Amino acid sequence: MSIGIAVAVLQIAIVGLGAPLLVGTLRTLKARLVGRRGPSPWQPYADLRKLLAKEAVVSTTTSWVFRATPYALVATLLTTALIVPVMTVRPPLAFAGNIILLVYLFMLGTFFLALAGLDAGSAFGGMGSSREVAIAALAEPTVIVAVFALALRANSIDLGRIVERFGGEPWLAANPAHLLAFAALFIVMLAETGRLPVDNPATHLELTMIHEAMVLEYSGRYLALVEWASAMKLFVFMTLLANLFVPWGLAEPTGPTTALMGVLALAAKLAVLTTAVALLETAVAKLRLFRVPELLAGSFALAFLSLMAVFVVR
Amino acid sequence: MTRLVYGVVVLLGVAAVGLGGHGMTGGGAALRLPSVLPLGGLALTLDPLGGLFLALIGFAAIPASIYAFGDAAGARRGRFAYAVFVTSMCVVPVAANTMTFLIAWELMSLASYFLVLHDRQSKESVSAAWVYAVMTHAGLACLLAGMLLLGADVGSPHFEDWRAAAPTLTSTTRNAAFLLLALGFAGKAGVVPLHVWLPLAHPAAPSHVSALMSGVMIKLGIYGLLRVSLDWLGIGPPWWGAALLIAGAASSLIGVLYALVEHDLKRLLAFHSIENVGIILLGIGSAALYRVAGFDALAVLGLIAALYHTVNHAMFKALLFLGAGAVVHATGTRNMEAMGGLIKRMPWTAACFLVGSAAIAALPPLNGFVSEWLTFLALFQNMRLEAIGQNLVFTLGIASLALTGGLAMACFVKAFGITFLALPRSDAAAHAHEASRPIRVAMVTLATACVVLGVGPTLVIPAFGSVASAVLRTAPDAIGGDWLTVRVSGQFASVSTAAIGVVLAGLFFAPLVALRLVGASRRTRAYETWGCGRIVQTPRMEYTATAFTNPFKRVFDFFYRPTKRLDIEFHPESRFFVERIEYENPTRSIFEDWLYRPALRLLHAGARAAGALQSGSANQYLAYILAALLLMLVLA
Amino acid sequence: MLRQLRTAVRTGIVTEACAPVGEIQRIGDRLASEIVRRFGRSLAIRQVDAGSCNGCELEITGLIGPHYDLERFGLHFVASPRHADCLLVTGPVTRNMAEALRRTWQATPDPKLVVAVGACGLDGGLFRGSYAVVGGVADVVPVDAVIPGCPPSPAALLAGLLEALGRRQR
Repeated sequence: MSIGIAVAVLQIAIVGLGAPLLVGTLRTLKARLVGRRGPSPWQPYADLRKLLAKEAVVSTTTSWVFRATPYALVATLLTTALIVPVMTVRPPLAFAGNIILLVYLFMLGTFFLALAGLDAGSAFGGMGSSREVAIAALAEPTVIVAVFALALRANSIDLGRIVERFGGEPWLAANPAHLLAFAALFIVMLAETGRLPVDNPATHLELTMIHEAMVLEYSGRYLALVEWASAMKLFVFMTLLANLFVPWGLAEPTGPTTALMGVLALAAKLAVLTTAVALLETAVAKLRLFRVPELLAGSFALAFLSLMAVFVVR
Repeated sequence: MTRLVYGVVVLLGVAAVGLGGHGMTGGGAALRLPSVLPLGGLALTLDPLGGLFLALIGFAAIPASIYAFGDAAGARRGRFAYAVFVTSMCVVPVAANTMTFLIAWELMSLASYFLVLHDRQSKESVSAAWVYAVMTHAGLACLLAGMLLLGADVGSPHFEDWRAAAPTLTSTTRNAAFLLLALGFAGKAGVVPLHVWLPLAHPAAPSHVSALMSGVMIKLGIYGLLRVSLDWLGIGPPWWGAALLIAGAASSLIGVLYALVEHDLKRLLAFHSIENVGIILLGIGSAALYRVAGFDALAVLGLIAALYHTVNHAMFKALLFLGAGAVVHATGTRNMEAMGGLIKRMPWTAACFLVGSAAIAALPPLNGFVSEWLTFLALFQNMRLEAIGQNLVFTLGIASLALTGGLAMACFVKAFGITFLALPRSDAAAHAHEASRPIRVAMVTLATACVVLGVGPTLVIPAFGSVASAVLRTAPDAIGGDWLTVRVSGQFASVSTAAIGVVLAGLFFAPLVALRLVGASRRTRAYETWGCGRIVQTPRMEYTATAFTNPFKRVFDFFYRPTKRLDIEFHPESRFFVERIEYENPTRSIFEDWLYRPALRLLHAGARAAGALQSGSANQYLAYILAALLLMLVLA
Repeated sequence: MLRQLRTAVRTGIVTEACAPVGEIQRIGDRLASEIVRRFGRSLAIRQVDAGSCNGCELEITGLIGPHYDLERFGLHFVASPRHADCLLVTGPVTRNMAEALRRTWQATPDPKLVVAVGACGLDGGLFRGSYAVVGGVADVVPVDAVIPGCPPSPAALLAGLLEALGRRQR
């Protein structure tokens, strides 16, 4: 029981405090790859601290939905932090949630953010909401089918148990179903967290924005919460990808050593994933919006192939 | 007088809930009156499945009738038809022989026909009622044929005799009966492609009636499908389950796709009913397939998922329809493009509609999520089946359920966002008033039911489990758990929406406290929306519902076949000045174009050809009589 | 894709060091106060074109490139004034843009800075006295500092911004 609470607090701390560092590192890497010195990896912390000291300008056309959304986003993401195996194979809310709940928790956050985008009554917010829900809806079949393929092999949809079972498989890295599912979920991660080639997080042109367009009206502490939530979403997605597909380093939570090992393993895996995302974002251009469904259909095909691979091997 | 009628219906609802609960827990009852009706008489039997549906009808009728107390204008006409409607619906689940069932069924259809014809002045209403009447009687013809066939083969019109004789039926009889009965019940449930009456009839009826039609009447079609595929005909061949699964996958996708592009609020909700019926069919189909393969525990799981979703859908659909009714009453229009900003003028309605939207979008920790989760799990277990064909059908079901979930969320972002948020798009919306107290009471009751069914699945799953195991005569082994958690198939999966709900609520308020502790600035200033410095902000600058669905129209244009209509009015003096631009992007239904119009054309052609028989000439008629006489002499 | 990555790696970092001192004209004393300290590590800038000839914009665009790279100092450009701490205003304020500038200023949350750019920002520059021009930026919104030049080079802009924030760059 006390171990459970300690793990819960630690997981929230790691996700909550580590997310801005992840985003900062990604930005620094991308800058270095284009020949700039770039901001320091600790820059997002300074940004958040500054935002908390600013006043919040709230539009007169908005309602309580607009003001409640940042808190709802943070709540959903911190809850996912308790369900995902971050540094052990027994996350605190393992009994309460699994991969399907995770997907729908992300959708809960998207639901509120899209409503907040519509609430301001400007065309930018509406456009961002419309695009965001379209992409979220089209990415969902991929996630569920890939999850089904994973669940078939691990005989469970509980995340901790999947990690445990995969940790025991010797030829995991050579398993075609595994690799295909990873590719499919990698593309979905890019789509859901708003990275290139689906959405450019650094764009200033409203007509090209998807996620940014919905947060144009937020300022001050609300903006700080929304930015933090979006950094946490990237962190949780990457943690999921890292720990599900490269499960080594995670063990039962028996004490500080297992926790430390888990944290170090996670840091290493996230470093690799962040570098991969930075390289990809530097090398590709943003897709036209109406080409994104083709990309998502491609990722669905990969997930489907992964499933077929599992059936064939069985 | 009106209040008296609706009050009686409320009491009837309470009685139905009590009786249904009694039946669900195993307390059976029977009533036989042989002389009242021909062919077996009036026979009523209460068993667990019937009890569940009876309780559901009663529980849904209560808020709908309370709504009618608050809607004086809409509730006066058709009050007796409403009473007949609810009473006949209550009789259907407990009917125990052919005549009782079909008479109650027909009364239900007729009463709802009159209710759909509520607004006799509008051509749209009249044509909707006509389509509804035709489709429902075509379904009745199928039901009649199927039931009479089965009754003739078994030798008795009583359902329990059919159950007992099921193993001895020939496979032709069994399949023919299944086909006829399933078609009839599927038409009533609104399964694709027999769904065309639903989006026409449900919006035309007054809102409390739409709530019952969508929430409960189509569930009686589901009730019939459950009886046919799992009860009366025993264990059938695998193609039944596969057909139900495929029909479910198709219905859920088609329903949500056409709902996305609807801007009539009530028609959007009607299409969502089609989608949810599809989801329920996924559960029933999986139950049937598992039963054939011998995995009875998994069949019970599938059935529990289907029953749970039936109840959940009744709750949130009724809630959404009542909310839509309040909005339509306040603004005088059903068109979403003329609404907006209602959250400030109708806060209670908006909050209840938000709960309903989150529930139907299957967002945790509400009830829609729990039943979709159970359906997913029932579908995931197909890995126990060996036939690769069946695995593929299940995978199709899984993929379509996932896509449906995402699209439903998108659709309700649109429905809630355009209707309630931002600025009012018309004068009527700007002067809307909050709904009266009875309507608010009805909506809050249903919203509370949604929340309770969501965070308390451990309270209701045992009840569904006992109903399902009574139907399939198996113990519900696959599903278990304690007061906090639902566990499926042992270690395979577990969920605890109560825990998630508590954690979400706690973490929602935690940042508020944390920000206070950290010393963040609490200053807030109100100012206009950022519009790139433009001088005015009018509702014309908001996003419209048509624009919101543009990405979907492009991706799924196979289903929509959108056409663009651009109408530009130029200034009489110069073509460089434009006075008015009107842009329309209507969609067409592929079912109307490919299925119903050709079928109707064929029917008309056939009728024209047969019309040649009625020539009006007396000589020809005498010749017919002579030919008939000769034929009879030869055959006799 | 690989060709681009190879070029990137081969080119390396081309960022130049920033000039040690910047030239600004301070207007008012807000710059010396606590507001400036708050933005020491992170400043979000929203650039507003109040009728400029776009000469200053071209120089400002150089700031986000690899040679001048304002991001290394924690400064970055944002799209919405709601996200901004500092309005970087270019151009003499034309009559058509006066109201828009005012609304942009109102839409920015407090505490905020306004930095006017170039001779036009100071008092209308080349276009001073024209029938279409209101005057300098200070005639429409309260200004904290002006970076002189016509147009100021990106080095001057960067040094000026940092000077306005009271920072010595490393």
